[in-house]
Amino acid sequence: MKIIVCIKQVPDAKDVRLDPKTNTLAREGVQSIMNPYDQHAVEEAVRLKELLGGEVTVLSMGPPQAEEVLRQAISCGADHAVLVSDRAFAGADTWATSYTLAKAVNVIGAFDLLLCGKQAIDGDTAQVGPGLAMRLQIPYVTCVQKVRQATDSGLILERMMDDGYDVLAVDLPVLLTVVKDINEPRVPSLKGKMRAKKVEIRRLTAADIGADPACIGLPGSPTQVVKVFPPEARCQRAVFTGSLDEQIKQLVDSLHPYL
Amino acid sequence: MDYFLSEEQKMIVEIARQITDERIIPQRAELDENDAFPRAILNEMAQADLFGIPIPEEFGGFGGGCLDIVLALEQLGRGCIGVGTAFAASSLGVYPILIAGSQEMREKYLSDVASGRKFAAFGLTEANAGSDASGIQTTAVLDGDEWVINGTKQWITNGGEAQIYTIVAITDRSRGARGASMLVVEEGDPGFSCGPKEKKMGIRSSSTTELIFKDCRIPKDRLIGRKGTGFITVMKTLDSSRPGIAALGLGLAQGALDEAATYAKQRVQFGKPIIAFQAVQHMLADMAIQLEAARALVYGAARHIDAHPNDMSKVSSMCKVFATDMAMKVATDAVQVMGGYGYMREYPVEKMMRDAKILQIYEGTNQIQRNVVGQELNKEYGRT
Repeated sequence: MKIIVCIKQVPDAKDVRLDPKTNTLAREGVQSIMNPYDQHAVEEAVRLKELLGGEVTVLSMGPPQAEEVLRQAISCGADHAVLVSDRAFAGADTWATSYTLAKAVNVIGAFDLLLCGKQAIDGDTAQVGPGLAMRLQIPYVTCVQKVRQATDSGLILERMMDDGYDVLAVDLPVLLTVVKDINEPRVPSLKGKMRAKKVEIRRLTAADIGADPACIGLPGSPTQVVKVFPPEARCQRAVFTGSLDEQIKQLVDSLHPYL
Repeated sequence: MDYFLSEEQKMIVEIARQITDERIIPQRAELDENDAFPRAILNEMAQADLFGIPIPEEFGGFGGGCLDIVLALEQLGRGCIGVGTAFAASSLGVYPILIAGSQEMREKYLSDVASGRKFAAFGLTEANAGSDASGIQTTAVLDGDEWVINGTKQWITNGGEAQIYTIVAITDRSRGARGASMLVVEEGDPGFSCGPKEKKMGIRSSSTTELIFKDCRIPKDRLIGRKGTGFITVMKTLDSSRPGIAALGLGLAQGALDEAATYAKQRVQFGKPIIAFQAVQHMLADMAIQLEAARALVYGAARHIDAHPNDMSKVSSMCKVFATDMAMKVATDAVQVMGGYGYMREYPVEKMMRDAKILQIYEGTNQIQRNVVGQELNKEYGRT
């Protein structure tokens, strides 16, 4: 099975601060990590490879330092890595990003399965996976929580819903976006890390993927972020003290007006 | 301090650190409370190739040396030396095969241990043979094409969990120390069984049992090396493995210092964080000084051993004594810095203090280590 996994380098959420003046993400000195959902996508791809044979290619669009997350994926069992990187991609929204990734996938070649994380933890849009499937004209399933059965011709999946899950049978090729419940990502292996250090990462520019300059980066992005701001706190916090009975009374009294 | 580690050594540290932070630390209290063997964590370490570190590349390992294994064990020890002990004991169990086994024997066992598919254990101690290994009662007698083993090993780490056991038995009592041999016993061999798990003060996630041999029959080719070389193999095995125990001490002490210093910054008494008081500062400073001195000795000893010198025993014993006495002291002081909170099971230093004690006892008590160092000095100064 030929699998491509799309991954993104994001700022570590444990470390995110907003610049109080500009209300934009303060990226200075913030650690970068592989988007956590994407780590689960890489793990699932490696498990499917171990089960069925084949190879896993990881793909990322980003600045040169995004190589780090590609090498991390190699250390966890991916076989090949491709970085689509070009100044012309800067400022891309999800529309332009899915266009760019689709062009890159076409350059990589035939595949059976495309995996993405459910969403990236910086933008939180969850649009690039489905957008990419649309561009490639293949079906997609979002929020996959389990691959029940996998063969070279199709998959049986569980799709997480608000109130339970759907069971779906899909033919290949297909694009899946995965949630964290799907697996526990492995710790990189020593051999994997040594390979990751040496592996050659394929670089693709806008010209290499034959991108239309009007469809990429800022010019290709119909959406713009007008403002980023922390939401106002809407909850109140109260600590009840006294004996258990007194605390229960205080709790009931404070809830009563809302009933 | 920068110890000028190689790229590969830094990778070993990163992997072991990640396993420690993400897998061991969140589970250690529960494993301790339930005397639960850390099977899932060990499988994770196997997947990450950590079991392959001391095994030669031709058997699927990394072909690493003493410092490589020390670095891994230091990280694991920072999380839980119970888990670290279970891991280390598997390497200890195959060192005799690495050191003295035939090529066929190495092929048969090493790749399974390198991959973590199988665990190993080392069986020396008996009820009447602790520090004095000459008290061994277990016997192995050749009967046709089979060895027949009788006797009981005591306090064997990974007992009941391992599939491969390397044990010491007397094959010729009339020859004294030259009458002992090492043999490989496998799980399921007729007449071989493990006793119940012992209840211990610390390292409770590691399994410790008796190995019971009642007319246990194994094939003749399970003899490790030549007949009568058992004690030499044991000594070489322990010389190689002791820096690993020292490394567990480094890790444990680092974990205890981290806890105590973090607490001292947060705990406010008399209107100040207690780290602002000189009495506490000096305790923390002494902990840090002793830890760094021990680390320098252990890394230095490991590098020395990696050069395959002929005075391995002395440095191996020196670093084991120093680092494990230090770990006991630092863990005890960490509890003191944290006061009543430190004594509670809710905080990890209570477990660290219980765990630390075994480091001064197993793989040769610290008194025996001092004997080794002293005897070496006696020899060195006798030569002039």
